[in-house]
Amino acid sequence: MSPVFDNIDLFVDGFLTSLRIILFALAGALPLGVLIAACRVSPIPPLRAFGTFWVTTFRNTPLTVVLFFCAFGLPELGINNSFFFFGVLGLVLYTSAFVAEAVRSGINSVPAGQAEAARSIGLNFTQGLRFVVLPQALRTVVPPLGSVLIAMMKNSAVVGAFGVGGDLWSTGQRLTSALGYATFPIFVGGVAVGYLVITLSAGALLQVLERKVAIAR
Amino acid sequence: MMFRRTALVAALSVVALTAAACGGDDDSSASEPAVESDVEFEAGTTMAELAEAGTIRVGTKIDQPGFGLENLEGEIEGFDVEVAKIIAGALGIAEEDIEFVATPSAVREDVIEGDEVDMVVATYTINDTRKERISFAGPYYLAGQQIMVAADNDDITGPESLKENPDAKVCSVTGSTPAEQIVEYLASPDQLTLFDEYSQCADSLRNGQVAAVTTDNVILLGFVAESEDEFKLVGEQFTEEPYGIGITKGDVAFCEFINDTLQENEDAYIEAWESTAGQVEGTETPELPEPAPCA
Repeated sequence: MSPVFDNIDLFVDGFLTSLRIILFALAGALPLGVLIAACRVSPIPPLRAFGTFWVTTFRNTPLTVVLFFCAFGLPELGINNSFFFFGVLGLVLYTSAFVAEAVRSGINSVPAGQAEAARSIGLNFTQGLRFVVLPQALRTVVPPLGSVLIAMMKNSAVVGAFGVGGDLWSTGQRLTSALGYATFPIFVGGVAVGYLVITLSAGALLQVLERKVAIAR
Repeated sequence: MMFRRTALVAALSVVALTAAACGGDDDSSASEPAVESDVEFEAGTTMAELAEAGTIRVGTKIDQPGFGLENLEGEIEGFDVEVAKIIAGALGIAEEDIEFVATPSAVREDVIEGDEVDMVVATYTINDTRKERISFAGPYYLAGQQIMVAADNDDITGPESLKENPDAKVCSVTGSTPAEQIVEYLASPDQLTLFDEYSQCADSLRNGQVAAVTTDNVILLGFVAESEDEFKLVGEQFTEEPYGIGITKGDVAFCEFINDTLQENEDAYIEAWESTAGQVEGTETPELPEPAPCA
């Protein structure tokens, strides 16, 4: 265990960098995913087509390919930004497709009568979705959405390999490779524990949230 | 969508071209290292065991142009591979009986400790942390770290000018010695960008995401040679990276045997260089360095 404690400052830095990637990606992927889900159930055909296209593209492309496109394809088109931005962007695009599908399943679980009732009191589609359907839908999707978000937290390790560096995974690589520490204690005792701290606390938070927003049917 | 697809194709083809150009060595002229036919070693030594077995397991890189690169036929070629052949030859082991094991930087100590290979010849810089877990024979080559920039970049003239240009990103590979050593020349650690492969650094230099790439001179020269005047090297070599051969910790007899073998086969050593890494324009044929004492 001492290789981990000897380098605890590096691990703390790596942990914070990973956390930063995750928080930015969360802030992007959640609203974007809900927006795409709204597109997918919208009564306007072009919006539906756009939503379907978005989900099909990003759900069926490996994350590394999406990240590769962001980190190397965009600069090739003359769009230059930091690798941190490109990495978070790739993770947001990829995760938003999964968030959208989880949210859509929630929307579909709301009885059609709810939307009809909203319509009958004079709300239009957007208002009905926003004030009647989505509040009920989001409550039911906490468990599947939680799985998507925890997967995203682990996927942040892939972002580190696209020029971001300094995250938990890259820190492990650096310690074992350049600084010559044994692989096993570093990755099991340091890197894995770091990710567990993030994912387990996220899981606990989600459970609290689930209990809080649960609706008796 | 159309522009996206074109961009992706463009980006992918850049990588494909880079990879293809790396593999473009015409090495067929390399003559085979001599294989001793009558060898005898003191019983119980590593040499006796290996000669008896008639085979040796060697860890090399498979992604390092000029040193250890897997070609399309699945064979690994490069200077490290040739050096391994010289040592195997002195043990009476023919080239086809060498088993090459792909050994990325991160696992080099592990495969030696776990007895998965008999030696590691993989652009392996000798340093003290590594010596705590394994022993080194050699050095067999002295590399040095240098800086590569775009041909039209006049701001960065060497490692010293990196501090004066704090916005200039420097690219290297995660977990490599050069990535550690460049840090003291940087204005802040954020100036360093890390990838898994040097080809990704070269791509980022080409499309303006980073201003400089740093690693050992030989690797950079490979990129300069294939870049068609897009890249150039600036400044002097500012570190010395002695490449050694990793063996089981404390195996002094094997270490001395490797050192003696290299000293006795200087011609084969020079030929090994010229048929591999030496084919890159701008490289100088090295002299075999004085071996460090075995411990």
